[in-house]
Amino acid sequence: MFRIESPKLIAGLARITRDIGVAEELAQDALVAALEQWPRGGIPDRPGAWLMQAAKHRAIDFVRRGQLLERKHQQLGHELGAPADPAEALVEALDDELGDDLLRLIFTSCHPVLPPDARVALTLRLVGGLSTEEIARAFLVPVQTIQQRIVRAKKQLAEAHVPFEVPRGDDLAPRLASVLEVIYLVFNEGYSATTGDDWMRPELCEDALRLGRVLAGLAPGLAEIHGLVALMEIQASRLAARVGPNGEPILLLDQNRARWDRLLIRRGLESLARAQAIGGGVYTLQAAIAACHARADRPSDTDWHAIVALYGELARVAPSPIVELNRAVAVGMADGPAAGLAIADRLADALSAYYLFWSVRADFLAKLGRTAEARTELARAAELTTNARERQLLLERAAKL
Amino acid sequence: MRFMVFVKATKESESGALPKREMLSEMGKFNQQLIDAGILLDANGLQPTSKGARVTFNGSKRTVVDGPFTEAKELVAGYWIWQCKSLAEAIEWVKRCPNPHDGGGEIEIRQIFELTDFPEVPEEVKKMEQHFAATKK
Repeated sequence: MFRIESPKLIAGLARITRDIGVAEELAQDALVAALEQWPRGGIPDRPGAWLMQAAKHRAIDFVRRGQLLERKHQQLGHELGAPADPAEALVEALDDELGDDLLRLIFTSCHPVLPPDARVALTLRLVGGLSTEEIARAFLVPVQTIQQRIVRAKKQLAEAHVPFEVPRGDDLAPRLASVLEVIYLVFNEGYSATTGDDWMRPELCEDALRLGRVLAGLAPGLAEIHGLVALMEIQASRLAARVGPNGEPILLLDQNRARWDRLLIRRGLESLARAQAIGGGVYTLQAAIAACHARADRPSDTDWHAIVALYGELARVAPSPIVELNRAVAVGMADGPAAGLAIADRLADALSAYYLFWSVRADFLAKLGRTAEARTELARAAELTTNARERQLLLERAAKL
Repeated sequence: MRFMVFVKATKESESGALPKREMLSEMGKFNQQLIDAGILLDANGLQPTSKGARVTFNGSKRTVVDGPFTEAKELVAGYWIWQCKSLAEAIEWVKRCPNPHDGGGEIEIRQIFELTDFPEVPEEVKKMEQHFAATKK
């Protein structure tokens, strides 16, 4: 229950107190009061409203204690004339749409002044409503590490005087990118866990999806939010198909598509359509590529030429050797391995330390009948990967040639 | 975790009477809360059992029974699919739902099995699954 209410409480309070640390404390106080009073008096019909009232009372007290009064009094002066109780008037005047406050909270907790892991921890805590224990478990770090990260983050925000607001104008795009980066970071940690024995942690994917959907609801006019949600929904649709019975990873083209979640695919395609109707961007393009796969009932139904075109777009908008490598794979499927290899060859300098580069080349070479070379490059890839299961897969592929 | 949340039927819903505008509006607001919270995955109302059918299985025998069916409160009038962190959270959201029918009703919550709960299957079953998936649109 608190998970549901606390982000809204914190958001509303943060606008009053201008300090998310204080906001969180006041929210906790309200929740503690609820825990004390509700067992006696019964749970109120509208618990959210009760909590917000309780939190506001505490905020009024806090403001009365003078920390903010002087600054705010001037601000209020020309908005409301001379209120009888400036503190109460301040709090009542901020009875605006909650949605805006939650949006402000998301942008603030994802502020680029904070390092990425601090942004992740703070956002999951304040906006996602996760406990520090849950966050620690999700990222396989001690609880104290998360607690310290969060404490430090709040301090940094206060010291940098980060305003509690939604960025506007030229600031919006980079700040939005920061928010989307945080959400996708959480998703990826769940989708292809970088630490620990599991290859995936689906719960984190759910947390990220939820954050993304909330954001999409709060700021529906921004294409890339829908693009990111689309990408995550479609990727999440494959969670049940990505791992074999022995925990071994299964490549996209080898997956049992009956295990792809049709509901998530449908939702992903809907989000993609929304994104494309508004505009687009890097996440939207990646989602469009994922959608090409999602629409194919069998690997042979895949529209590779569409994927090639999309990678071409992506290469223009956000060029990188990795994008080029992915484009090479798509070209290889659409136009044959020789064409794909030609593109991959140009990436040797940039990607020689990247195990997938050698794996992709090996695949082309094998298809061209250059088996010995393929085997060598698979061995090279196996050396470069840090994931034990990946290494095994690569060595097995080499043995099968 | 995902949950299927069923709204049980009543005599009124089984009669085919459409819900009052006020109820639809309240329900609409509730659905919007679910959307805003990022947890609503799907939602559908089911037509009364007078438009449905049952098939009973007995060995190799199949018997079709046309609706309507009795015991309204055992029937399903609608369902949601939600993504929640726990059953406790799902229960909390259900408590916030407006009364689904005049004069009360019941909502049941069931956790959905995830495919990730089931490991990959042997080749033969896999081929069968893939054939089935490919032929349905």
